[in-house]
Amino acid sequence: MWKFFHQLASPPHFYRLAATLMPWLAVPALLLIAYGTYAGLFLASPDYQQGDAFRIIYVHVPSAYLSMMAYMFMAISGAIGLIWRLKLAHAVGAAAAPLGAAFTFLALVTGSIWGRPMWGTWWEWGDPRLTSELILLFLYFGYMALRSSIDDTAKADKACAVLALVGVVNVVVVHYSVEWWSSLHQGQTLMKKGGPGMDADMLYPLLAMILGFTFLFGALLARRIRTEVLYRERRTRWVREMILSPEGGR
Amino acid sequence: MAVPSPEQPRILVGLVAMVRRDLLLAWKRPGDVLNPLFFFAMVCTLFPLAVGPSAEQLTVSGPGVLWVAALLSTLLSLNSLFMSDHEDGSLDQLLVSPQPLPVLALSKTLAHWLTSGLPLVLISPLLAMTYRMSTDIVGVLMLTLLLGTVCLSLLGSIGAALTVGLHRGTALLSLLILPLAMPVLLLGANTVSLAAGGEPYATGIWALAGYAVAALSLAPYATAAALRISNE
Repeated sequence: MWKFFHQLASPPHFYRLAATLMPWLAVPALLLIAYGTYAGLFLASPDYQQGDAFRIIYVHVPSAYLSMMAYMFMAISGAIGLIWRLKLAHAVGAAAAPLGAAFTFLALVTGSIWGRPMWGTWWEWGDPRLTSELILLFLYFGYMALRSSIDDTAKADKACAVLALVGVVNVVVVHYSVEWWSSLHQGQTLMKKGGPGMDADMLYPLLAMILGFTFLFGALLARRIRTEVLYRERRTRWVREMILSPEGGR
Repeated sequence: MAVPSPEQPRILVGLVAMVRRDLLLAWKRPGDVLNPLFFFAMVCTLFPLAVGPSAEQLTVSGPGVLWVAALLSTLLSLNSLFMSDHEDGSLDQLLVSPQPLPVLALSKTLAHWLTSGLPLVLISPLLAMTYRMSTDIVGVLMLTLLLGTVCLSLLGSIGAALTVGLHRGTALLSLLILPLAMPVLLLGANTVSLAAGGEPYATGIWALAGYAVAALSLAPYATAAALRISNE
């Protein structure tokens, strides 16, 4: 057990572990997303109110969920890096940030496309979730901007970890303050909370998509961690030996 | 708990000395205090020029405009919070001093608030009058600004500590702080709008006060951690 954790802290081991995990994450991601896309677009019956427009939730909901999960992931790895001084944890955070930002952007774009037929406008300030998501995107931008402006990697890691942790506390405040704010400016909520239960043929593709997106995030993250570790360790001996070996690091 | 021995630092003495020093520095360089205030006044002037002087429009947009201007002007003054200390080396002295760093960070932030937030609160009625706000609404505005600038100074001190010594500091600082400051702006401006509309607004005041208390107890630690990271 402890050996496993000790090995986890060693970059070459971590590099290989990420490579081993890759297919185990990528294949389920592919299968689940393929099933979810087909079932969501063709098998699920149209919504009685929204017609076919509701089908965008199969991309929107998983993206929105991952946008928040990636931020938590980033903050937790930052905390681990700060508390136990694990450099690799910071590398994980650095690899997760652009992915999180991409999912946030995707959630915003799909939300906006969905809003066009539903609300008759591309952007509705009155919707608390859309606004919170936008602020989340700005938080990601701040994190990445801070990282790119500090040349010293070790320093950038710690500074970004502090920022991510402050951001997590703030995300909660953002959520409640935006809810309060939008409750002031509109009579009824745009989408019922809870609402009527979903039919099974709508729900299962959604669950598959959420799970599939999570696996996809894992697979992309494993890929990004590999490049991140390689870049950070570029001056070490194991990287040189691996590159010069007959397999060339594959 | 051990009885404090003479060698141990006396926290309150350090805090007061630090605030006095920063206030004295601000007194010697009044431009640093006045420029953000002029900026605040000018941003408040821009809006009527841009959207027109009609009274209804000004009453509606007044709270928001004043709050956005206050946020931007605080941001402007934050950049110099640790800069001169970093340049002349006194920040290194603070880091090795026996005083606990969070307390020193808090006292620097307090001095910053006394020279930026407080004057801003004091001149806000003047600008609020030009936006046709009634006297009781001005009271609410001042209260929200009083609580809000405390939050902004504390949040901003984290950002200023993270970016101290970096080139491109100003733009980066805004990028870091603005998303964090959005809830404060949202609570502050909407509380004033509610008050202006004759609706109950106590929730916003309490929320801002809660935010200020939480920031007061947590932010100095984050600032201290950030200062250590930036100066290692």
